[in-house]
This record gives sequence, structure tokens and C-alpha cells, in this order.
Amino acid sequence: MNAPANTNSLLERAPVMIRDWIIGFFPESLRWPVGALLAIAAMLAVFGLVFAFLTLAERKLLGRAQNRPGPNRSGLPFFRGTKLFGLTQPFADAVKMLTKEDIVPRAADHLLHFLAPVLVVAFALMTFAVIPYGRQLVAVDIDAGVLYFFAAGAATELAIFMAGWASHNKYSLIGAMRALAQLISYELPLLLSVVPVVMLAGTLSPTKIVEAQANVPGGLIPHWHVFTPWGAVGFAIFMVAALAEANRSPFDLPEGESELVAGHLTEYSGFKYALFFMAEYFGMIGLTGMGATLFLGGWQAPCAFLEFIPSYLWFGVKMLSLILFMMWIRATLLRLRIDQLTRLAWKFLVPLALINLGTAAFWSRTDSWSGPLQFVRWAIALALIVVPFVVIGRRLTAGLAPRTYRYAT
Amino acid sequence: MLGTGIIKGLAVTAKNFVGSFYDPARLVTVEYPEKQIPIPENYRNFPFLVHEGDDPIATLRCVACKICENECPPQCIYIVAERDEKGKVLKKPKIFDIDIAVCMSCQICVEVCPFDAIKMDQHFEIAAGNRFEGLLLHREQLAKPNSYYQKIHPTEAAEVDAMLTAMKARQAAEKSAKAKPAPATQTPPPAA
Amino acid sequence: MTDPEIASPSAFPEPSVLATHSAATVRPVHDEFHGDLLEVSMGPQHPSTHGVFRMVVTLDGEVIVKLKPVFGYLHRNHEKLGENTTYLGSMPYTDRLDYLCSMTNNWAYALAVEKLAGQPVPERAEYVRVILAEMTRLVNHMCLVGFLFNDLGTSFTPLLYAFREREKFIDLFESLSGSRMMCNFQRFGGCRANPSPEWLGAVSKLVDGFPKFLDEYEQLLTGNEILLARTQGVGCLSPELAVQAGITGPMLRASGVGYDIRKADGYGIYPRFDFRVPIGAHGDTYDRYMMRILEMRESVKILQQALRDIPAGPVMDPKSRLRNFRPKPGEAYGRIEGPKGEIGFYLISDGSPNPLRYRVRAPSFVNLTVIEDMCLGRTVADSVVILGSVDIVLGEVDR
Repeated sequence: MNAPANTNSLLERAPVMIRDWIIGFFPESLRWPVGALLAIAAMLAVFGLVFAFLTLAERKLLGRAQNRPGPNRSGLPFFRGTKLFGLTQPFADAVKMLTKEDIVPRAADHLLHFLAPVLVVAFALMTFAVIPYGRQLVAVDIDAGVLYFFAAGAATELAIFMAGWASHNKYSLIGAMRALAQLISYELPLLLSVVPVVMLAGTLSPTKIVEAQANVPGGLIPHWHVFTPWGAVGFAIFMVAALAEANRSPFDLPEGESELVAGHLTEYSGFKYALFFMAEYFGMIGLTGMGATLFLGGWQAPCAFLEFIPSYLWFGVKMLSLILFMMWIRATLLRLRIDQLTRLAWKFLVPLALINLGTAAFWSRTDSWSGPLQFVRWAIALALIVVPFVVIGRRLTAGLAPRTYRYAT
Repeated sequence: MLGTGIIKGLAVTAKNFVGSFYDPARLVTVEYPEKQIPIPENYRNFPFLVHEGDDPIATLRCVACKICENECPPQCIYIVAERDEKGKVLKKPKIFDIDIAVCMSCQICVEVCPFDAIKMDQHFEIAAGNRFEGLLLHREQLAKPNSYYQKIHPTEAAEVDAMLTAMKARQAAEKSAKAKPAPATQTPPPAA
Repeated sequence: MTDPEIASPSAFPEPSVLATHSAATVRPVHDEFHGDLLEVSMGPQHPSTHGVFRMVVTLDGEVIVKLKPVFGYLHRNHEKLGENTTYLGSMPYTDRLDYLCSMTNNWAYALAVEKLAGQPVPERAEYVRVILAEMTRLVNHMCLVGFLFNDLGTSFTPLLYAFREREKFIDLFESLSGSRMMCNFQRFGGCRANPSPEWLGAVSKLVDGFPKFLDEYEQLLTGNEILLARTQGVGCLSPELAVQAGITGPMLRASGVGYDIRKADGYGIYPRFDFRVPIGAHGDTYDRYMMRILEMRESVKILQQALRDIPAGPVMDPKSRLRNFRPKPGEAYGRIEGPKGEIGFYLISDGSPNPLRYRVRAPSFVNLTVIEDMCLGRTVADSVVILGSVDIVLGEVDR
């Protein structure tokens, strides 16, 4: 990798330098576990805070989209009258959640009821291990990182099923069943949308995939996967499937608050509820982080001259904008029904993702085309995307259209 | 094409999100304890009794005719008229209680009162520590001066005052004339 | 125009008729492909049953094979209260029937009493009543559409947009009648207060801006593919069943029956206004939603005409009296096209200050009777949406 001079700026190297400085105090034999623990501690602290403020951001964004200011009253303890735009709201929520009574239904499976929220957070946290947050900032750089990520991500749904089953509540049970159906349906398009990236980058390691999207020195146009036809489609499918995987609107069926009261969360209160909430946001962070890694160039700056900004900031910006987009979707859309959800996955996303494999193959075989052939290449690739989209989309929405109405005298 | 409806919807929420930062029509929240929407003049809450002079109880307009007690749909008014030593009924209430736990603010007592003695209050920031005695208002709590009535319902109060002064003037004229037989007491139409 | 006579009680559908309309029948409990049926009691404490309604649904997977509506949790003895209070005393109680549209409830009750007593109403009061009734229709339909979207799973956004506009209307109700929702405004022989020109001007301004809001609102979700998929073909109600069950209001018109009491009965001064009655073709949830949207547009037209033509004058008949109101013995039925359907009051007088019999024909209650027929064979998620599109207010259902 050709590293320009400014990538070694102090800010860029700061996290690694701090880590090296701390583990320098320990004997050689302890350095590796201390380093790992440090990474875990840093990740918990950073993403704990990110989670706290994401809840606030979501409520603010939803509020603003709904013509109201959102939470803005919480101030500081002992300083009455301070408001701080509601910035301390997450901490007030945390105190409230921690001090709330934890109610377990008598008929519930106590062990599983307790284990489910723990596991759901654990699995969500496990996905963080392989995401490259910046140049040299990755906790575990394993070769099959992408596979590991999706395996760990899918396990959260099992914890959700556990919660629904253990609660001994009919709503929870239906929510749990929905969660499983959703998992099976959306794991496939999620993985299929990633396959072209793996195919073209030729590796399953997230770090190498990011490096494959590196800028051409002095180039102005980002060399990200999303700016190729197959990448754009893959990214769109990935985002839709990620919404479903993270149980976010319009795919928040397991929770389904208007139908199932709160779905798998019905019998949870207090801190266990907060853990589920945390897992949902961690899931969002993980999936958007992986989406940014695979399609948006990870920690790469959009163009070479912007590389003076540290790589982890670029990663944060990309991830946050994807999360904000998810929140924007939540502010607008309504929920699908479970049969429509599975139909969308099997009859729309999976075929499109499979065709996208072909598009990616075509794109990689025609890498050498240049000049006027470049246009032909784009035209064929776009046709390979648009035609199936229109045809399959039309079949999916057959018989559904806005109507015109007649009037009585 | 699939997705156009969704994109249109996203545009609307985005418009509202951006609009909430500069367009007051898209950020409609009024932050209540600090700011307050002005209460419309016709707003009604719970009834109160109008008194004329400085002594709230002695100068109540109420004559304990019990019309409001009879007409009140949820029957939340309880009136006992004052009696003198001989047991003759005096034209003032000895007990005038309103149970505002029962009252549904329908304003029918105000409409049926021929003496403009009971009116609707606008004070809504009310709380009580006890749901029985705390919500049972006696005449001492209910009595409020006419100036308060003029303050909260200016238009209506002006009409009522004009009518009452006209009636007083007419009664004075009748008293001074004396020769003519008194016409049947005109019931003033209920205030609008 | 369908003959309203068809909807007489004798024509109420037999169970066999209902069965032919239902999409599914109860499956055997243990067959090869289906396990146990699951009975879920949705409500009375449930976020989407619009109050304390309860549906005992029997599920096969997520498909409803049986639905038993249970209500009465909000029963408040409304009709017996009406027989034990004076005619005037019942007026504030009618506010509490359908608490979203107190103005139309008041009007229907006032109409019944006026029929009973032969009480004329001044011209201006008729106009004021039309204005208030159409404003109520806007308020009610906005609430309905907002809550319907909430049942469909939006995160309150359409509901809060609808409430933003509704708030402006109920603020006007407050400045006229003194209360935002419990208006208690109509009286026998007119209205309680005469609206000022400023008030009418404010209504006019609001009404003129309303189509713009509706356009934006429709842009938000009407063409949304998810909405189309969730509502089209869901909860179909056939016109035959609708007529037989006595369904009225937008729900009947969504099924394709062009019956609107404003046109069919021409009560008040409605024949003077130029408006159309939208009719659906499929009777599904989408049609029921669109009926409300289109009716709002027609209501705006009526409001504009009424605000333009309203004459000056008193709003109360001088001969009408509040106290000691004793209509001569007889009976009367006053009905209007409420936002939810035909709201009617049936009164029998024996000459005393209280009615001998006081009966409410509540549109929500009658419209709710076909809920099982619409829900059978659909999923739990659909049942919530279908219930939302029926537009019930439990204050009126349970009375």
C-alpha cells in the first residue's frame, strides 16, 4: 500500500501510541492479553458512549422530523435550571433503567430469561472485533473476518428467540417466531450482497477489503465499491438486509409494538430491557460499520488530499451517516407484514443479489476495457441492474397501485 | 417503479426535519411552564361564585335558588340556604359546595343561573393533596370578586355588568315611582 | 343510491351468510401441518385496540381463525343516565360518547329534541352547525388516519403531523365553545354562542390552507409501496354484508355503496351545498383510508361555501328555553352523518322533563359488528390495521 507522508501524522498514530505506551509497563509475557483487554475496554467505552448519544440523536431526529424538539429538559444534578439541550438525557435514562424494578414473570424460564439479554449484548459486541476502525485500528485481524462477523451477528437473533421463548408470553412467542423467520430470510441476501465484494477484493479479511478500496495517489474520485454498478446494488441490498437484521423499522416485526405490544421485550423491564435496547444499537453500529467497510471504503478518505484527517474519524463519519439514514427511514416508513417481509427477501432481494453476482463477474472480467468500451461496459452493467429491478419489482408489486375513485351524484 | 413512494415520503420527513429549524409552523411545541399559550376568553374550567363587594361571603350574588343544583347533570352542586332565627329562608347560601371531582365543566349551571352569580373559572393549574376534602370546594374557596370575573371574561362581564346596572336602575326607578304595579321580574337571558 | 330500507334489523345477516363471506374456517386442531391453535387475548390493555376494546383471537401460526370481540369495559350507563336527566342535562353527556367529535354528537341530539318539540332553528345557527360539523369531520378523519398509520407501524410521524393540524381546529373549538373536546355547544333551537367575524375569518384561513397540508400528507404515505402492500386487499367488506349489517359512513362507502345521510336525508341545510360523495370499489382497508382523505377534501369545499354564505343574525331561537323544557308526548329520531357514520338519537317523551326512552345509535358500535368477517384468514398484524380502519371510539361503542 502506498502511504502518503501525512498518514503518519500524530493524530493518526495516537491510539496505537497510547496503547503501546500502556503495555510498555507490563512484562513481555503479559503484553498480549493486556493489549487485548485494552482494546476491549476502549471499544466498550467508545461504543457505550456512542450508544448513549445515539439514543439521544434518534429521539432528537425523530422529534425534529415530527415537528417537536425532542428531549431537551434534562440538566445537571444540583444545578437546577440548566438544560444543555438535553445532552444529559442518556445518563438520566441510564439511572432510571438501573433503578427500575426488575420483574420476572413467575411462569418464565428464569435462567433463559436472564441469559437472553446478556447474550444478545455479548453477540452484538463480538461483531465489533473484526471491524477495522482505522489504519491499524482493528482488534482481531483474522482472515475470515467477514464470515466471523455475520456468524456472530446472526447469533443475536437466537438470543432474541431465547428471550421470546423464556418470557412465557404469547406476544413474546410470536415475536420470537417472527425473529427467526426474519433471520432465515435476511441472512441470505445480506451474505449474497457481500459475496461480490469478497469476489473482487479476493479476500475475506475486512482490513484487506478496505485496502482494496484505497485512493489512487492524487486522485479526486473515491475508489470505493459503492461507486461501481455492482457495488451500488450490493450496498442497497446490504442496507435493506441490515435494517432487517438489526430489527429496525420497517422490519421491526419481532418488536411490532402496535401488534405484539412489545414482542420479545414484553416481559422485560429495567436494566434487562436496557440491554436489549443497547444490543439493538450495537447491532446497528456493527452492521453500518461493516457496510462502510465493505462498500464505502472503510476508513479511507474520499480523496487523497483529505487524508490529513485521521482515518478513524472518516470511519466514524461514514458509520454515523449510515445510522442517521436508518433513523430517517424509521421516521418515515411503516412496518411490513411477516409474509411480505419474507416475500421481499426471497422473491426480490435474493434474485437481485444473485444477478448482482453476475454483474460483478462481468465487471471484473471487463476491467481492461477502456475508451469508448468503457461506456459500453457501464451501459451493460446498468442494464443488468435496472432491467431485473424493474421486472422483479413489478412482479412483486403486481396489483398494488394508488387508485382513482368515483363519486356518487 | 418500486421505491418512488418511499422516496417521496422520505422527502416529506426531510422537509419537516429541516423546516423545524427555521419555520415555526413546523416546530409547534410550546414549552409549557416557561411559555404559555394565551387562554381564549371563552375557555372554561370549573365554576366559581361572583361576589360584588369586599366581604366575599356577605356580598355573593347567589340567592340560593337551587336552580343550578337541580340542573347540574352530574349533580355536583350542594346548596343549603341561610335561615334567620325564625327559620325564614334568606336569599343567600349557607352551604354552597361544588365537588370538582364530579364536575364535568359543562357550563350548564352558568347558563341556567338567572342572577349571573355563578361563572366559569379559567384557573387550571390546580392540584390537591386529598381526593375527598381537597376536591370539595366550599363557598369560601368558590367566592371570587367581580373584578376577577371582569379580568378573565372581559366581553361577557361587560354585558353582564351593563345588564345588572340597567336592571338596578330600573328597579330604582320602579321603587321611586311606586305608584305603578311592579311588572313580573324579568329573567335576564343567560349570558352568551 | 342504495335504498336505506335494506339495512333494517330484520335483514341482519344469518350466521350462514357470514360464513360465506369469511375467508377461512377453523382448522382442526391437530392435523398434519398445523399444530395447536393459539388463543391470544388482545386487549383490553393493548396499544392498538383504541381504548379498552378486547379481541380474543385464535391463531393458527399468525393467521386468525377465530376472532371474538369483547367490549363493555367502558360502559357508563349512558342511555339510562339520559333517561334520568333533563333534556338539557344529556347534552354534555353526548360529548363523551365519541369524544373526538362532540360537535356532531351534540347536533344529532339537538336535532332529535328539536324534532320532538317542533323547535325551529335560525338560519345562522344552521350554518354554524354545518361549519362545526365539517370541522369535526376534518378533526376526526385526521385522528383516524394518524392512528391508522400508527397501527401500521410508523413511529408516530403521520400521527403527529395530523395532530399538528387538528390542534389548530380544536383551538378554534376552544375559543368558541370554551372547551377543546367536550364542547357542549349545540342547544335546542340553535347554538350557545354566536361566532364572531374574527372567529369565522380564522376558520376560513385555516380551511383554505388545509388542502396544502393534505397534499403533503398524502405525499408522505399514500403512494408508499409498503402502505399499498399492507392495506390493499386487506379486510375486504362486501357491499351486501355492509348493507345487511347496517354499516354506515365512510366504511359503507368504501364498500361501494353511495349512501350518505347528508345527501339521502338532506338534514339541516346540506342540500344547499355542492359536494360529492366518494365511493370505493374494493371495500378494503386502503379504500377506507382513501375515503377519509377524499371526504376531507369535500368537507373543505362545504366549509368554504358555508363560510362564504353564512348570514348575519341570531344563533338562538328566541322562543327556545333552557329550563323547564317539557316536549309534548311523542317520539323522534334525529340522525346526522357523523364522521364515523350515522349517529342517531331516538327519544320518547311522555311530557315530563326527562325522556322516557333515550337511545343512541352509535356508528362505531354498528361498524364494529363485522370485525370478525373482515379479519378471518388475515394475520394478527392485519387485524390491528383493520380495526384501525373501522374507526372506533370506545366511548361510543360501550356507551
